Amino acid sequence: MRAPPPPSGKVALPAEVSLALLADMLRIRRMEEKCAELYSEGKIRGFLHLYIGEEAVAAGAMRVLRPEDNVIATYREHGHALLRGVPMGAIMAEMYGKREGCSGGRGGSMHLFDAKSRFYGGNAIVAGGLPLATGLALAAKLRKETRVTACFFGEGAVAEGAFHESMNLAQLWGLPVAYFCENNLYAMGTALERSESQTDLCAKAAAYGMATIKVDGMDVVASHEAAQRSCAHVREGRGPIFVEFQTYRFRAHSMFDPELYRDKSEVEAWKTRGPLHTFSARLKAQGDLTEARFLELDRAAQAEVDEAVAFAEAGTWEDARELTKNVYTS
Amino acid sequence: MSAITYREALRQALYEALEKDERVFLMGEDVGKYGGTYAVSKGMLEKFGPERVRDTPLSELGFTGAGVGAALGGLRPIVEVMTVNFSLLALDQIVNTAALLRHMSGGQFSVPLVVRMATGAGRQLAAQHSHSLEGWFAHIPGIKIVAPATIDDARGMLGAALADPDPVLHFEYPALYEMKGEVSGDPVDIATSKLRRAGSKVTIVTYGGCLPKALEAAEAVDGEVIDLRVLRPLDMAPVVASLKKTRRAVIVDEGWRSGGLAAEIVARIMEQAFYELDAPVARVCSEEVPVPYARHLEEATLPQVGKIVAAAKGLFG
Repeated sequence: MRAPPPPSGKVALPAEVSLALLADMLRIRRMEEKCAELYSEGKIRGFLHLYIGEEAVAAGAMRVLRPEDNVIATYREHGHALLRGVPMGAIMAEMYGKREGCSGGRGGSMHLFDAKSRFYGGNAIVAGGLPLATGLALAAKLRKETRVTACFFGEGAVAEGAFHESMNLAQLWGLPVAYFCENNLYAMGTALERSESQTDLCAKAAAYGMATIKVDGMDVVASHEAAQRSCAHVREGRGPIFVEFQTYRFRAHSMFDPELYRDKSEVEAWKTRGPLHTFSARLKAQGDLTEARFLELDRAAQAEVDEAVAFAEAGTWEDARELTKNVYTS
Repeated sequence: MSAITYREALRQALYEALEKDERVFLMGEDVGKYGGTYAVSKGMLEKFGPERVRDTPLSELGFTGAGVGAALGGLRPIVEVMTVNFSLLALDQIVNTAALLRHMSGGQFSVPLVVRMATGAGRQLAAQHSHSLEGWFAHIPGIKIVAPATIDDARGMLGAALADPDPVLHFEYPALYEMKGEVSGDPVDIATSKLRRAGSKVTIVTYGGCLPKALEAAEAVDGEVIDLRVLRPLDMAPVVASLKKTRRAVIVDEGWRSGGLAAEIVARIMEQAFYELDAPVARVCSEEVPVPYARHLEEATLPQVGKIVAAAKGLFG
């Protein structure tokens, strides 16, 4: 797919909100750049799926969510966990496989969990999180709790039965759930138009009678606004909503991916739409950001990364004699 | 106390669960208006309302996963899957989510979910409604598998399963629905296997729908019958204790022989009681065919009293 023109125009947000969004995206970016480096050094193993390029979606959405809300994400969830409030050190330690990791070293990169922030994981079965989110929303409804369940998933999930069954159940039962589809155009290496007869993802949700929003997921302002609208819809008791964030992954699917399925020129074209530099430029143009302030935010993110790595390095290995712990509760 | 059927015992257990704890709700295909495929939830929609006796579309994967999510969200869902064959449509949520979540999250999230399903043959429902796949599920760490085969267990195991913080698959046996007996009122656990008949010549180990057949066969061969009751985690202690007395064993399992639960029991006997044995352990399992429709062929497929008696006698040379 050809890249549309880069996000542009006036940012109609208070400067402090804009700077917070920028800082959020920078934190994800710097953390993940470090992850890639640590992967090459063999410190992080297994699969590692980077979110680089897609940060505007998590940043825009997560700032709208409240502490009582539920969040479910996929195996490309480092950024979601971080912005939801999981300490970067606990995320890094998890990728190292250390006991101090946010899943005690049992999950790794794809299975970050955190009960305290109601972060229900890190699900590495494509579409596997959708029924779960639907059930969390059902529980909230039956218990008369006012919380939104935010469910993040990639566009590859729309081919799965679990997606369609969840859409139907959520709309049929009027559940308080926001389905946040991160459409980065490729299900691993398979382009959307090579796998779907209907490439308009909103049309699929609309077929179940569900409200939908389609938004430029490279534009953090638009993403934030769409998340606000969708969460307001859910909080007002108007049932579920589906949001398609149109975004793009700059890095390979995982560290094992030679990227034979897309042209370098396509990736380069999408990079002109990069969420960090386009947003920074817009803020600078309207006087909300100086280069000095940007560097300050960047240094803070870098310092957080350094600290997180030190925390992970200093972490400990769980005794293998505890191997069977937590298979069952008792 | 008057005798009730296995079906009525299941119904009472379900009714009590809904009445006792408002976090409990039942969800599945035709559990409400229709009254349950096997009439186990008949009348409950009227009593508890559509929020707690929730009819679902034909979406096993979706509503089983929603059950997992609702359990995480603080409820105690009972998901009904019509038959074990249909549970294959929900396998991903049972095996990849419910069973793994606690361990994968470093102990942060337990899944207090109960999935009820009918299993087993004997009603001429043919190959897609008659299989016994309990043994498959018993392969998976992180879930518990219970197989009520008596009136007491049909009445008591559901409550015990709901009290358990981890996912429990509660298998029900349509072949036993009309069986009658009294409820003893004794406490029911979901952790042990039990001696159902004392005998001296041979230990017959079984579970679920085959229990009445095993008991009948035991009459002919002075057999001791152990009902496994819980297929994961397995409790072998009563089996080993019995073998010290009888020195011979027949395993009766409605599942297929190859790679099945009976094979696991035999292996454990080899590990834990090899030197007690005076003869090789015998197995009576279903024949290795999809369960056929015609009555005589279905009967020929399943473990029967005659086959169990013959297997037991075969151990005496």
